[in-house]
Amino acid sequence: MNRYKMELMVGVFVLMTVAALLLLALKVANQTMASDGDTYTLYAKFDNIGGLKVRSPVKVGGVTVGRVSNIKLDRDDYLPVVELTIQTAYSEFPETSSASILTSGLLGEQYVGFEPGFTIEGVENLADGDYIEDTSSALVLEELIGQFLFSRNSEE
Amino acid sequence: MNWVQHIGRQTIGRVAACGRAGVMLFGALFALPSFKNIPLTIRQLYVVGVQSLAIIIVSGVFIGMVMALQGYTILTDYGAEGSLGPMVALSLLRELGPVVTALLFAGRAGSALTAEIGLMKATEQLSSLEMMAVDPLRRVVAPRFWAGIIAMPMLAIIFSAVGILGGHLVGVDWLGVDAGSYWSIMQSTVDWDKDVINGVIKSLVFALVVTWIAIFKGYDSIPTSEGISQATTQTVVFSSLAVLGLDFVLTALMFGIE
Repeated sequence: MNRYKMELMVGVFVLMTVAALLLLALKVANQTMASDGDTYTLYAKFDNIGGLKVRSPVKVGGVTVGRVSNIKLDRDDYLPVVELTIQTAYSEFPETSSASILTSGLLGEQYVGFEPGFTIEGVENLADGDYIEDTSSALVLEELIGQFLFSRNSEE
Repeated sequence: MNWVQHIGRQTIGRVAACGRAGVMLFGALFALPSFKNIPLTIRQLYVVGVQSLAIIIVSGVFIGMVMALQGYTILTDYGAEGSLGPMVALSLLRELGPVVTALLFAGRAGSALTAEIGLMKATEQLSSLEMMAVDPLRRVVAPRFWAGIIAMPMLAIIFSAVGILGGHLVGVDWLGVDAGSYWSIMQSTVDWDKDVINGVIKSLVFALVVTWIAIFKGYDSIPTSEGISQATTQTVVFSSLAVLGLDFVLTALMFGIE
């Protein structure tokens, strides 16, 4: 085995590792830098966010348009405030749009379902930093069961 | 009282071997690095890395394929075959990639290292090097050691990547899982730091342990044909046990406490 050939093979080995690492980074872990291009931020205040997590998707009609970038509690009224990072490609949402926390499938992960409102005159578009007024909270299974039992007890 | 003496002798022998292993590691790693050893390291990288590629890639593909097949038959009962991607990716990145690579590496490269160094010792090549005022730890042991530590994480990364592609081949191309959900659910589940980097760290630890055991067993073998064969067997057995035991400890440290 001459030295040139040996070093060539080691070079191939290193390149294969780099290729495998790139596959893991880009295709498997989706480690893209500032992945979705330019984004802007909206806020939504919910009564209950259920199992929503940071990095949960924001979807319009099933299409992911952004992600949840931060979740914190409002110090004044103790309601959770969700920070949504939306791609600027989708920046024309009117102020009458609504956000609700939905579950994909029966046991799937939770996401923010975003429903664009009607565009009529006098209604402006949501801009960076705006709050979404019309929100509906996550359905918490235990609360539903509790309400159901309570209503049955009161009927009897 | 003979058996008490026997226990004592065994214990002293083990402790002394640990000490010798430590001294050898220290001599090989912390000796002044000499740059003329880099070509030697590249040569060893070829021997332990490139020549192990074939077995790593073939086992990676087949393990990925088998996991996709098994996972599909179970997940499809719950209508959750979309979770096939994360199942294959997570088990490969977190466990199977580092562990199976380490086991294969111990069998493929570790045993060869032990036999090579053991035979060098038996044929008194190591002593001849010392006679020529060449430190065998730096000339023979250090390049092999570094090559092992560099090569194994690389092999583990290739193993995982190839396994995920094998899972894609069976899951998506043959069994008809949706390609979009295979990749996208994988992307939303797999975390770069927590899964990929932790797998590489695991693999680095295994590389250190397996290479250390392999080289020390050769360096410390009884210089007879029987001694070398014994040392080679011990390399494979000990490194496999060490890898499996350490894997549990590392997993508990990395994923156990959230």
